[in-house]
Amino acid sequence: ELLLSPLPAGGIAATFQFRTRWDAAPGRVSHYRLFPKALGQLVAARGVRELHLALTQGFWRTRIWGQPPLQAPAGAELWVWFQDTVADVDKAWKELSNILSGIFCASLNFIDSTNSVTPTASFKPLGLANGTDHRLLRYAVLPREVVCTENLTPWKKLLPCGSKAGLAVLLKAERLFHSSYHSQAVHIRPICRDASCQAVSWELRQTLTVVFENFSGTQGKKDWSLFKMFSRTITEACPLASQSKIYVDTSVKDKELVEVTPSPTSLHEAIVQGEKRTYAVYDLLSPSLFNTSRSLNVQLKMTWPQDMELSTPVLHAHRYVSGYGLQTGKISTLIYNTHPYRAFPVILLETVPWYLRLYVHTLTIITKGKENKPSYIHYQPAQDRRRPHLLEMLIQLPANSVTKITIQFERALLKWTEYPPDPNHGFYFLPPSGALVPSVIAMKELDMEQSPLFTSL
Amino acid sequence: MAAPLVLALVAAVTVRAALFRSSLAAFISERVEVASPLNAWQRVVEGLALLDLGVSPYSGAVFHETPLMIYLFHFLIEYAELVFMVSGLASSDSLWSFSLVQFKKQKLLIELDKYASDVAELIRTPMEMHYIPLKVALCYLLNPYTVMSCVAKSTCSINNTVIAFFVLATIKGSAFLSAIFLALATYQSLYPVTLFAPALLYLLQRQFIPVKLKSKSFWLYTMQYAALYLCSLVVIICLSFFLLNSWDFIPAVYGFILSVPDLTPNIGLFWYFFAEMFEHFSLFFVCVFQINVFFYTVPLAVKLKEHPMFFMFVQLAIISIFKSYPTVGDVALYMAFLPVWSHLYRFLQNIFILSCVIVFCSLLFPVLWHLWIYAGSANSNFYYAITLAFNVGQILLISDYFYAFLRREYYLTHGLYLQRQDGTEAMLVLK
Repeated sequence: ELLLSPLPAGGIAATFQFRTRWDAAPGRVSHYRLFPKALGQLVAARGVRELHLALTQGFWRTRIWGQPPLQAPAGAELWVWFQDTVADVDKAWKELSNILSGIFCASLNFIDSTNSVTPTASFKPLGLANGTDHRLLRYAVLPREVVCTENLTPWKKLLPCGSKAGLAVLLKAERLFHSSYHSQAVHIRPICRDASCQAVSWELRQTLTVVFENFSGTQGKKDWSLFKMFSRTITEACPLASQSKIYVDTSVKDKELVEVTPSPTSLHEAIVQGEKRTYAVYDLLSPSLFNTSRSLNVQLKMTWPQDMELSTPVLHAHRYVSGYGLQTGKISTLIYNTHPYRAFPVILLETVPWYLRLYVHTLTIITKGKENKPSYIHYQPAQDRRRPHLLEMLIQLPANSVTKITIQFERALLKWTEYPPDPNHGFYFLPPSGALVPSVIAMKELDMEQSPLFTSL
Repeated sequence: MAAPLVLALVAAVTVRAALFRSSLAAFISERVEVASPLNAWQRVVEGLALLDLGVSPYSGAVFHETPLMIYLFHFLIEYAELVFMVSGLASSDSLWSFSLVQFKKQKLLIELDKYASDVAELIRTPMEMHYIPLKVALCYLLNPYTVMSCVAKSTCSINNTVIAFFVLATIKGSAFLSAIFLALATYQSLYPVTLFAPALLYLLQRQFIPVKLKSKSFWLYTMQYAALYLCSLVVIICLSFFLLNSWDFIPAVYGFILSVPDLTPNIGLFWYFFAEMFEHFSLFFVCVFQINVFFYTVPLAVKLKEHPMFFMFVQLAIISIFKSYPTVGDVALYMAFLPVWSHLYRFLQNIFILSCVIVFCSLLFPVLWHLWIYAGSANSNFYYAITLAFNVGQILLISDYFYAFLRREYYLTHGLYLQRQDGTEAMLVLK
């Protein structure tokens, strides 16, 4: 599936999603069919229940681009649920990150005890799971990780057709990395094989999101095509695929402003994140598409209304470090809830490396000038050279409010071997991760299931 | 005599109260010279916050106070400023009474007619001695180091109080109290364990028991004192265990003091060495650096066995120079003893230069810190150079006092005007 959606600020986001299902219990059969063998063996050998790996370059600008289709922090993010049969989770985690580092040519081998944590409340298994024992969960972020072609190539090799046919032919590295935002991810999770849920299958979901910003013409006119974006066109669907579709988001207030060529095979309407959206759908498996020209080049011309107000997303966050000098500082996070009448509970997860000593007694949470006491707080202080700080909070965000969370830290003096390479980069702060609490997540997931990108099998 | 002391106390309280209320308090409490990772007030508050969150304060790398200290401040957090003021005053009071007692001894020695005949000018007149206790109290109370460490609410000033009480109990001859306070001081910061030797020597001297390895009464008394000390130490440690119900505090407090994992700059010698050292040497050098504190006790005990109080002073100075996380509060403690040895001024060789070194280094600390951390135009070498100069100054000061003391003792017994065999004036050369 490919979802193309124009962004309010004049860019265009393309989200690819490839799903492979593996109808076998891991470990017993060594027949992998379409499921990549490297990952299949990994899942079987290391007792992985769920695996989520995202490699991202750039920041998703939520305030001007709206909610992202797939969330990922800058750098590399890895979180894994292990099976409860795994005896030594830390060892399995270490081995797993090293193997993944080899598979994806990424520096995931730098994941060790100093940057991985076991959050207690922030993550839930996305697939089938009985019991959520958070001791089986490991989470790590490497914000320094630079994503490039060498990470994309192994990612493409995991696809059944490689980059030979289907939507994957559009994935040309020189265009993908010439963009404002690039995020590629691999998700493995157990799902039900059928509606009765008698047997378990493994689902591999590979997603890739890019944002191109250099297509806005003069006077708000925008004009792009697949060829302009990817310098390729689609010639055929992958013969192995059971479903292959392109969705183009055409939901603008004024219908005449948008023009899509060639005419889509069908129209699809869905409610995504509380908004009604219309998509033009191209089904690559229908033979009529390739009859005329042997290749498909979707084009979209639209005039952007000059005075369109930016619809700010309901929840967004903004974060900065303040203070001067190298002794102390303060991390501030601003969370906006622009919803006119609904309050949202949010779980915030902060992972701070040990060389920034957090002082939890300086933690303040202020909403509308008043102190907002978190209803749940879990804090695990860091130990020098052994583990990072972990702070999880459940905060109520009242309707139409800004919540400011600040905490002070002190920089530790490092040994000369402990400084990261390229000192001109400075030190990276790990991005916090926010999650809505279960009741709201359920609501959100419902939304997502209706959206074409997330149609569950 | 009491009136000037009260006046000094009032002045000290005023200075502290004024500083607590001023904007300088926040600045001072951030100074690395005043608050080390071991005793910074911010870390005490953090430990209490962790305790409130239901997390063991020792599970992180921030909190290194002893459990008794947590519980002291658990109940007194509102009155923290008061606690620190009272501790400052208490230590100065006990130092004052200490110096009062100290001079009764000299009278006794004169009466015994032990000294040579021509040394009258070396012996302090009662007039001089009259003011020394007050000078000691003033030297502690109004010393900028003490004031800063009190305003920064560094728990170092509480440790100083405990040590001052220990010194007072020792000089009053109360072996029981002395052992208890020594155990408390050891429990707080480990290094005062070396003060066991001077305290024992002093108590033996008071009991007129000769320090002879073959004498039975010597061993009996030593065993008694050691047993008292060890028992109180065990009681205190067990009490801490029952307060928190875990032994976590042992590695977090004593392991932290001995292995020096936190390299936050301070006025000591450790941080820079271990930040720049190859990893595989660091264990060896940690041992070498730590041995420094304990190493000098034995030779000093042999040399100064007749003068346990001077030994105590030298040992306190050694602790404050060579300990792993020193602060200016530690320096202030031994500096308060300097007026007691005012009769040594005559023999000090470079007191002027050394005082200048210490004063200028103290002024340069914040300057170079600013250049390094805020202005970015210097680096850690600059700051460490000043640390080094400061410590060299302290070491030379102590050795100067030490030699002066030895010379005075020599003159007291051999006469001030020495003559060679051929009748010319002799020079005393220390080797």
